[in-house]
Amino acid sequence: MSTPLLKVDHLTMRFGGLTAVGDLSFEAQAGQITALIGPNGAGKTTVFNCITGFYKPTEGMITLTQPDGKKLLLERLPGHDINWKGRVARTFQNIRLFGGMTLLENLLVAQHNVLMNASGLSILGIFGAPSYKRAEKEAIELAEYWLEKTGLIARADDAAADLPYGDQRRLEIARAMCTKPLLLCLDEPAAGLNPRESLLLNDLLISICRDHNTSILLIEHDMSVVMQISDHVVVLDYGRKIADGPPEAVKNDPKVIAAYLGVEDDEVEKTEAEIAAIAAQAKGDAR
Amino acid sequence: MEVFVQQLINGLTLGSIYGLIAIGYTMVFGIIGMVNFAHGDVFMVGAFIALIFFLFLTTWFGWALIPALILVLILGMFFTGLWNWAIERVAYRPLRGSFRLAPLISAIGMSIFLSNLIQVVQGPRNKPVPPMFTQSVPLFTENGYTVAIGYKQIAIMVITVVLLAVFWYVVQKTPLGRAQRACEQDQKMAALLGVDVDKTISLTFVMGAALAAVAGVMYIMYYGVVNFSDGFVPGVKAFTAAVLGGIGSLPGAVLGGLLIGLIETMWSAYFSIDYKDVAAFSILAIVLVFLPTGILGRPEVEKV
Amino acid sequence: MAHATHDAKPASQPTRVERAFKDAFIAALVMLGLSVPILALRTEQNMSNEVILIPRPWLVVICCLIVFVGRLLLGLFVFNRAPGAKPLVETPTAVKTAWAKFAPYAAQVGLGAIIAYPLVALYLGGPQGAIKWIDNFGIQILIYIMLGWGLNIVVGLAGLLDLGYVAFYAVGAYSYALIATKVIPATYPDLGVWAFWICLPISGILAAMWGVILGFPVLRLRGDYLAIVTLAFGEIIRLVLINWVDFSGGYAGLSSIPRPSFFGIPFNASETGFAARFGLEFSPIYRTVFLYYVILVLALVTAFVTIRLRRLPVGRAWEALREDEIACRSLGINTVSTKLTAFSTGALFGGFAGAFFAARQGFISPESFVFLESAQILAIVVLGGMGSLFGVVVASIALVGGIEILRELDFLKAIFGASFDPTQYRMLIFGLAMVLMMLWKPRGLISHREPTVFLKERKSISSSLVQEGHG
Repeated sequence: MSTPLLKVDHLTMRFGGLTAVGDLSFEAQAGQITALIGPNGAGKTTVFNCITGFYKPTEGMITLTQPDGKKLLLERLPGHDINWKGRVARTFQNIRLFGGMTLLENLLVAQHNVLMNASGLSILGIFGAPSYKRAEKEAIELAEYWLEKTGLIARADDAAADLPYGDQRRLEIARAMCTKPLLLCLDEPAAGLNPRESLLLNDLLISICRDHNTSILLIEHDMSVVMQISDHVVVLDYGRKIADGPPEAVKNDPKVIAAYLGVEDDEVEKTEAEIAAIAAQAKGDAR
Repeated sequence: MEVFVQQLINGLTLGSIYGLIAIGYTMVFGIIGMVNFAHGDVFMVGAFIALIFFLFLTTWFGWALIPALILVLILGMFFTGLWNWAIERVAYRPLRGSFRLAPLISAIGMSIFLSNLIQVVQGPRNKPVPPMFTQSVPLFTENGYTVAIGYKQIAIMVITVVLLAVFWYVVQKTPLGRAQRACEQDQKMAALLGVDVDKTISLTFVMGAALAAVAGVMYIMYYGVVNFSDGFVPGVKAFTAAVLGGIGSLPGAVLGGLLIGLIETMWSAYFSIDYKDVAAFSILAIVLVFLPTGILGRPEVEKV
Repeated sequence: MAHATHDAKPASQPTRVERAFKDAFIAALVMLGLSVPILALRTEQNMSNEVILIPRPWLVVICCLIVFVGRLLLGLFVFNRAPGAKPLVETPTAVKTAWAKFAPYAAQVGLGAIIAYPLVALYLGGPQGAIKWIDNFGIQILIYIMLGWGLNIVVGLAGLLDLGYVAFYAVGAYSYALIATKVIPATYPDLGVWAFWICLPISGILAAMWGVILGFPVLRLRGDYLAIVTLAFGEIIRLVLINWVDFSGGYAGLSSIPRPSFFGIPFNASETGFAARFGLEFSPIYRTVFLYYVILVLALVTAFVTIRLRRLPVGRAWEALREDEIACRSLGINTVSTKLTAFSTGALFGGFAGAFFAARQGFISPESFVFLESAQILAIVVLGGMGSLFGVVVASIALVGGIEILRELDFLKAIFGASFDPTQYRMLIFGLAMVLMMLWKPRGLISHREPTVFLKERKSISSSLVQEGHG
């Protein structure tokens, strides 16, 4: 196997006395969708925040290998460089859009650094230099592309806060994609979506992964999404990894079932069947 | 040493006054997240109310000093509380829950209004009162310098400690205090559970103003003079104190007040009196660079 | 004042009139309580400088009556109205359609009016009468428009609450004054006549540098912590100017600051002066009119740069920062440098305005740079509607023009008697007006945001969707 895109080594994050994440190691391969699952409070979002620079991990190493072989230690980069230099983009569990700005503006803000360089740190831009105008046109084209792809093009000139919830989730993904990331980290992208929207989201994520050279790391509670689209699943419980492997293997892992249902070990077998039934039903719903 | 102890006493006295005003800022901020910029002027209005009642009782009715002062304290707290109640009702309540800067601008307008109102109705000149409690207790003599603590300094510190104890009891142990703390956490939830949010907020303003009125009485006692423009500087200092201690934290406000008082007096004694305010503001800036939420403020955890 | 009885009992619901009377009575009672100590007794110093009390019961009675009647009228006609009732004053449709037609041209018409203003004033008032109107109203308002536009970048766009903006105004003014009175005469005295034009950019750049110096350590503070530190910096700069007498002249300030020249030609009565060169009779009005156009051009440059910057990535990043700082960081925006650019760009324009102020006055002292100025500029920005350039213009005209108009209240002496001094009431009314305007329009006069770019159609965004920033 080639070098993984993202390699998390012995990641530990403590808040005071509480260990939110303890000695976690996992890998995400390029070109794959990796899912991070676990019960509420398992530390999934904390892992995301460490990877995307919002928390400095107490211990551990997060290595990102770029296509040219260059390795970056994400935990050492300043927060904003993780997106710009590391090319890691993310979305948020509680959607964070620029609500008072239009959809198009949201997507242009995402291309800030590219445009900033083109505008000669604003100096060329103030005088309306043609090189900047060209760059802005390209940026608008990229934004249009992603608005089309997420089905939001008709509302390009509306305020982001005016969108319904499901559209806001997609807009956040479109905004993250406008930074042309190598790794896209999605924090519960399917939360609050209806089954139809959830299905559209699956297609969008698969397309992002296949067509845009962007790998995905995703936190999700909706097992239909996880089981259908992910290539690799990492399961957390109380900040520790309890399983790691392809979806089918993880689904049948008794430790995972126990973590989700909190049952005694001897009851695992009994509930396993029910879980399988629920998963099958979920799959059926999604179809 | 002797200069240090003397300045320590002076600093703590001044700090007590700042601390009492700072509590008003910090309480209002804690409960509705607003900087009540007019609070310094409410303090000044309190000082004027105290001055007028004091003269009324002593010159018209010939009351003795101590009973007059006690009654002045009570009346001052009541009427200043009424003023702040009315201000909240008229200028802040309609803006609650709207834009964050709207109440701030309204408060700045109210501050301008109050100081100019007093200028118009009471005149622009300094208003002196006859000196009171001029005696002092000598503590010790060193290098030919006698360190002394004035009666009024003792009075100020004792009143401050007693009031803070009462105040602490109210906030921690009474239903009103519980309602205040609940509103601080979540106004909507508190309202759903039957807390009268409007009343609680009004009472918070009244309590803050009452403490400012006490500070006003002390200010007159200590300096013997008051002017319509005396609200701004103590107000800004007390706001600084509240932020230094960590805005929203009651012990922080008192601690910040004492610190600002001490910084000022110590700086005046050892360096230069001209730059005492510069020193206080600079230390505020330096402290905030290292402790962005003040000394006792809860560190702000960034929710992502 | 107190409209309390929301929880009226269903059994015996009081009529609206009854309720209005009850509320008015309570309000009058509160007014009585408020006025008892402060209004009923006036403190006066007697011959031996003792304070004595003078009762004035009639003032209290009058005030309570005013409050009673006022609250009664409000209760009857404004509050407690049945839901769905027609508004008191309905704008006629004709006015609405006329406004809708006019609105797109408002900016052009306004600009035309501002450009023509001094000429109209000259025509109507003659050279003597016009000076007051051009200087006290025109120039004064334009200075505040420029300061408002400068602060608008910091508060309105980037959402950073700056309570010490006047510090940069002071830096600009003192930079110009010191360079023009001390440095230039000592080094290149020949350049004296060009002093203003040389120092203007220097003053702005110095102010911007101070913006960076002051901003760097404190911009990671949030909300009210940032507000108090900026206020503290404003006060520190003022106190240093007061106390460092050798440097700044202390309370006395700096005087004989050179006035701007007409690009090298001074405005004086000499043979080489402006009037003589152009074959005109000497009059101070030429300089005043020239100053008016200088500040107008400076203000328009500010507006032009702001409009351009808003459409550039840096401007969008400012607004994005106001909307959500965390999201900005996740998109690779360096929030510290973005905030610093906003802070220093705002400071730059404050510095320009300061240099102009010093040149126009010819004299500056720390008195001109008190907190009240910062508060007034902030009020202009907030009242105008955060981020709106046009709103700043309207708010400046209302607030600054209003203050100046209040200087002209002498006719009230005819009503209240000769001992009545109307200028005393100027700031009282100003403070009250600030409160009332906020109550009337909490989101400012212009309460929508114009998008910076559009695909098909430019749609205004209601300001209720726009965040106001936490920094």
